[in-house]
Amino acid sequence: MSGTASTYVPKSRVAKWFESRLPIVGLVHSSFIAYPVPRNLNYFWTFGAILAAFLGIQIITGVWLAMHYEPSATGAFTSVEKIMRDVNYGWLLRYAHANGASMFFVAVYVHMFRALYYGSYKAPREVLYILGVVIYLLMMATAFLGYTLPWGQMSFWGATVITNILAAIPVVGDTIQSLLWGGYSVGNPTVNRFFSLHYLLPWMIAGVVVLHVWALHVTGQNNPAGIPIKSGKDAVPFTPYATVKDAFATIVFMILFSWFLFFMPNYLGHADNYIQANPAVTPAHIVPEWYFLPFYAILRAVPSKLGGVILMFSAVIILAFAPWLDTSRIRSCNYRPIYRQFMWVFLGVALVLGWLGSQPPEGGYVLAAQVCTAYYFAHFLIVMPLCGLFETPKPLPGSILESVTGPGKQVSGAGMPAGVAAAPQVKG
Amino acid sequence: MAMTRVLSTTLAAAVAALLLGAPARAEDAHGGPIPPRVHWSFAGMFGRFDTAQLQRGFQVYKEVCSNCHSMKLVSFRNLAQEGGPDFSASQVKALAATYQVKDGPNDSGDMFERPGRPADAFPAPFPNDQAAAAANGGKAPPDFSVIAKARTFSRGNLTFLYDWLPFVGYSEQGPDYIHGLLNGYRDAPKDFQMPEGGYYNLYYPGHIIAMPPPLSDGQVTYAKDDKGQPVAPETVDQYGKDVSAFLMWAAEPHMMDRKALGFRVILFLIILSGLLYYVKKKIWADVGGEVHGLQPELHKTW
Amino acid sequence: MANSTAAPADASHDGNRRDFLFLATGAGLAVGVGAVAWPFVSSMAPDAEVIAAGAPIEVDLSPIQDGQIVNVFWRGKLIFVRKLTAKEVGDMRAVPLPEMIDPAAFGTRVKDGHDQWLVVYGNCTHLGCVPIGHQGNFEGWACPCHGSQFDAVGRVRHGPAPINLPIPPYAFQSDTKIRIGEPAGGKGEA
Repeated sequence: MSGTASTYVPKSRVAKWFESRLPIVGLVHSSFIAYPVPRNLNYFWTFGAILAAFLGIQIITGVWLAMHYEPSATGAFTSVEKIMRDVNYGWLLRYAHANGASMFFVAVYVHMFRALYYGSYKAPREVLYILGVVIYLLMMATAFLGYTLPWGQMSFWGATVITNILAAIPVVGDTIQSLLWGGYSVGNPTVNRFFSLHYLLPWMIAGVVVLHVWALHVTGQNNPAGIPIKSGKDAVPFTPYATVKDAFATIVFMILFSWFLFFMPNYLGHADNYIQANPAVTPAHIVPEWYFLPFYAILRAVPSKLGGVILMFSAVIILAFAPWLDTSRIRSCNYRPIYRQFMWVFLGVALVLGWLGSQPPEGGYVLAAQVCTAYYFAHFLIVMPLCGLFETPKPLPGSILESVTGPGKQVSGAGMPAGVAAAPQVKG
Repeated sequence: MAMTRVLSTTLAAAVAALLLGAPARAEDAHGGPIPPRVHWSFAGMFGRFDTAQLQRGFQVYKEVCSNCHSMKLVSFRNLAQEGGPDFSASQVKALAATYQVKDGPNDSGDMFERPGRPADAFPAPFPNDQAAAAANGGKAPPDFSVIAKARTFSRGNLTFLYDWLPFVGYSEQGPDYIHGLLNGYRDAPKDFQMPEGGYYNLYYPGHIIAMPPPLSDGQVTYAKDDKGQPVAPETVDQYGKDVSAFLMWAAEPHMMDRKALGFRVILFLIILSGLLYYVKKKIWADVGGEVHGLQPELHKTW
Repeated sequence: MANSTAAPADASHDGNRRDFLFLATGAGLAVGVGAVAWPFVSSMAPDAEVIAAGAPIEVDLSPIQDGQIVNVFWRGKLIFVRKLTAKEVGDMRAVPLPEMIDPAAFGTRVKDGHDQWLVVYGNCTHLGCVPIGHQGNFEGWACPCHGSQFDAVGRVRHGPAPINLPIPPYAFQSDTKIRIGEPAGGKGEA
């Protein structure tokens, strides 16, 4: 991290001794205390902290659940029910973990929409943004593996459908499938290794999150005006200003989480998953968890199996190319009158795709999914490049301070100490 | 202005999708009549199980359902659990002893039967699924441990938008479905092709159910009150309600704990967020108050 | 790779030797990494017990009635054994090939001389759901997941499934007994 932002000066001799050997306190200080934050951040920017909180919740509840869970085809379903019935507060741990996953995705989708709307993917934040896409991919893999573990009907058939998707990959597909199954079909070895991988991936997420935060603290945060910090007056120190705001937003989000956890714990799940896995019976309707529905709709939009698989993966991977597909120099949609409209339409299309993913693939639903899928890709491949070329942006404010006060006005109170704000390397 | 335009575009897209989807719904086999909504004592934020109803429901399960349906994940001891049917420990012990449970092997290596203990799970009516299937026309009757959470029905396309909300929400599909099913036996319509051994049920997906109507009025004798009248009507409707409530408890034995804790947690979080809000306001006052970039009147200036 | 401190006269010769040394070491390391990775990858493949449990099974056909579909499992996969009625055999022979998504003549779906017996994998070739017997418009199966339909000899007649229900390796031991599967070590999947 840039280091110059650190104003940490160890006071005691012990602290000095330690800091000269491992400057970790200074590192934390520069990253989470003295770090300059644009003063105009809105609540969209609190979702990073919310996501960090949920990663923690998922890891902790998950480790505790693993103390009681039995990863086998015969024991998984019963051991989950044992957790629900007999383990003290087992129902709390399990419902927190299951609904926590959903809330994690709610938060990540808001976070992603914010990145797209305010152009947080543009230079110099491309690596930061791509690390975010990597985290999202890891989250999807983790969530899929985790959904298999209760070994209900949806677990089993979800795993069957998704591993069959992998078999569509030319040449190596069958081998990958067999290595994932550990047998000739989804079965006991599968649930055992999925458990192992489900335990592994969150630590990889945590690792990439460290890189994500590191990259953030090199480039500095984007903000609703999309212009860099130019003087100390544009910024406030992370602590206490961002800390308290993040804490407030996190607690408010926890109210939503608690509502689902305590009063609607099965609302986001699927009833069929309370039926033990049975390879001889398929549920009438195989539907993934809600957060995968848009991609599921894209998968089913094309009649060809391989084509559907390619489209589905492309729908995620294309996100990583946004920095180069967007030709506009302006980051924030607040100053992009045309593209802003398209951004909201894109959100609408994504939501409709999600809804279509939950419907049976018949008649009008398929057609609608095809139209929406085409638009989804058109947004990235046509709208993004062309808008930047033809749109006349609104004039940008002179500084972040001006964007919140209007030109020529002042706010009372100081921002960051002079010079501090220059620390993050901000470019163009 | 721009917002309205955007919203109307999005809305138009959504409506268009709905209309496009509409023709498909008619042929959607998963639709069908929606089971009537029962007023459950355990529904809603402050819902509580009705102990007397759970006890009656258990009686129905024991006398009728348990002849075919197992409940492997529930033990006798659970019946004495707080927030459940709340039988006394001695009642449960006596009840368990009326069952024969397979145990073993003993010292000579043989399996043997002994009277049940509270720690035992409910013995299943059939030794395994295959035996259950063979005795029931090819399909094993489902286990009842979590059935109230394992059954649901579609209430139409967009109910999911508000079903999760406080006060107007709805999450009792399971017991409503069970109650509806038990009261849903009808004569098949004339042109309906009914295979042998099938029964027509209004609420069963596809309408062909292999289970014969299990309940009839007066089949289970409820306890009498001081006037010599049954404590609850001895009707299929009432049996259905009682057994559905019992099965909901069996599927979710900690529901009352959960709701009680949830109320406290949410109250705590609301108070905490209120405190944090004012702390935040005070802290941000040092730098001229919190301002952010979602102010439309500022956008007009540029 | 060139090192400026090396003697200039000897540079190219020495450089070659050093390049070779580096290459050999690099190759050695790569082989080592591969060798270490192999047991890890290989351990994820079906283990000996799973393979042993995947040995061929024998199915007695005598109790199966005309038109009946019997489910058997081999290697954890569902297999339908179906005794076709004479009418179904006739109907299936009569279907013109161009009407099919994955054209296959009747003769390729059953064994010679055993026209009445169909043995197919019981998972839809779309995404692996179990189609329901005696449903759909083709005297065969209809998949509840995504609406694919198969005819009485397991040929896909209505998408999205791309291909017919595959036929597992099997052979008639006698007129009333078949052996499904092949010994381990043979090609794993049919």
